[in-house]
Amino acid sequence: MVELHKDNYDQEVIESKGVYLVDFWSDSCEECLELMPEVEALEEEFAGRLAMGKVNIKGNRRLAIREEVRGLPSLLLYRDGDKQAVFSKEFDIADVRAKIQELLGE
Amino acid sequence: MDAVFDTVIIGAGTAGLTAAIYSARAKRKTLVLDRKRPGGMASTTERMENYPGFPGGIHGRELMKRFAEQALEMGAEVVREEVARIESEGDIYVICGAKGGTWRARSVILAPGCEPRKLGIAGEEEFTGKGVSYCATCDAELYEETSVLVIGSGDSAVEEAVYLSRFADEVIMAVVHDEGVLDCNRSMAEEAFANKKLKWLWNRVVVSIDGDDFVTGVTVKHLKTGELETVNCDGVFMFVGTVPQTKFLEGFVDLDRGFIVHNEQMETSRTRVYAAGDSAVTVLRQVVTAASDGAKAAFFADRALCEEEEYRRALAQAGEHYLVYFYTPPVQRSLDAIPEAEAVARKQGIPLVKLDTARFRNVFREFSGTEVPSLFEVTGSRVEKKEFLCS
Repeated sequence: MVELHKDNYDQEVIESKGVYLVDFWSDSCEECLELMPEVEALEEEFAGRLAMGKVNIKGNRRLAIREEVRGLPSLLLYRDGDKQAVFSKEFDIADVRAKIQELLGE
Repeated sequence: MDAVFDTVIIGAGTAGLTAAIYSARAKRKTLVLDRKRPGGMASTTERMENYPGFPGGIHGRELMKRFAEQALEMGAEVVREEVARIESEGDIYVICGAKGGTWRARSVILAPGCEPRKLGIAGEEEFTGKGVSYCATCDAELYEETSVLVIGSGDSAVEEAVYLSRFADEVIMAVVHDEGVLDCNRSMAEEAFANKKLKWLWNRVVVSIDGDDFVTGVTVKHLKTGELETVNCDGVFMFVGTVPQTKFLEGFVDLDRGFIVHNEQMETSRTRVYAAGDSAVTVLRQVVTAASDGAKAAFFADRALCEEEEYRRALAQAGEHYLVYFYTPPVQRSLDAIPEAEAVARKQGIPLVKLDTARFRNVFREFSGTEVPSLFEVTGSRVEKKEFLCS
């Protein structure tokens, strides 16, 4: 998973082709730390078809606010640089998986 | 057959981890189950100032990490799985996980804890993650230079509001009470009143959370005038108490409004099943009291297991046909009558098992014992009370 931050976000995510999943987290967010292994499992499951990165909001707060992240954890799904879906707080990882499949046309 | 644990602890928060430290240290085969990572509610607290031994305070997460480390160091196992239900199989409890795991236990400590309460007002669910939050330590930074509103006035609400004020420009407190009345402790109230960023809306109840894609404000109602008013804000933080996570225990142990009922020995309505922490009936829900409960639960669980082991050993020696005599030192008559009980045993030519009811409470209960002294004749599975004391 790529470490994303304010200086590489646009190049990595916004200017990318294909489906990109971004995990916004913070080390003071227990729920984020809980979720991380499940997100990592998605990376393995969709290897080669899905690009993935994570943003620690410490130091990237403005980036998070720009991307309209209002609560952690938040997973953002992009296709060809356009935001397609946002999963925040209380969501089921199965719904994230289904959305990825839909965006990939699988 | 799977190995049987001496003690399975449900919940890896303060109470559960403390119980694990005590249980494992008493050389009991101990397992802790939790659907989340160890730490519980305390790990979502930014800073704890009143946990003894840490002048200057300690981060909740750091403290709980140490609890977990200590439990593992003592030899407890920690497994991440949600518990779906507990079944009783003779003397053994079978704990069934939501993902299919099963664990067998001689004793169980229930410490599932609480989760933040939801008010169920309009917009609350819709805007969760879009401006509505139950966790200041998670989200405070996202609200830098904004205006946020806090619902509640208890310890958590006021503490988290003060934390939020480090980031937000303005923290509006919606409080149902009259001016100056808060549910939190006095030192916290003083700190809050001295904080210039906190703005107070007294006698107000939030009736809805409003917005379009994200929260833009709330509608509050004045409790005395009934007047409705819109308050603009970018985020709403809810701290309106907690609810015990005990749904899976309904029908298994007695609950009182969701909280687990227990006696002074922390024992629930089931034998060798104990309760500890925030989900147990208690007056004070703090990290230090949860730790204390956990220690007590583990202590009494261990004592019950010792009792059972000692009793089984005595029975194994006694064979199929024997007498059981219940006594207790505070009842002098029960001590005086020991020779008499021994005489009965000698006369019948069968062994006598003498049990102090203070130490063998569970056995006494199994015999449906009500008075001390009392004598029972056991033949295989048949138990008969004997009237023998004439003095």
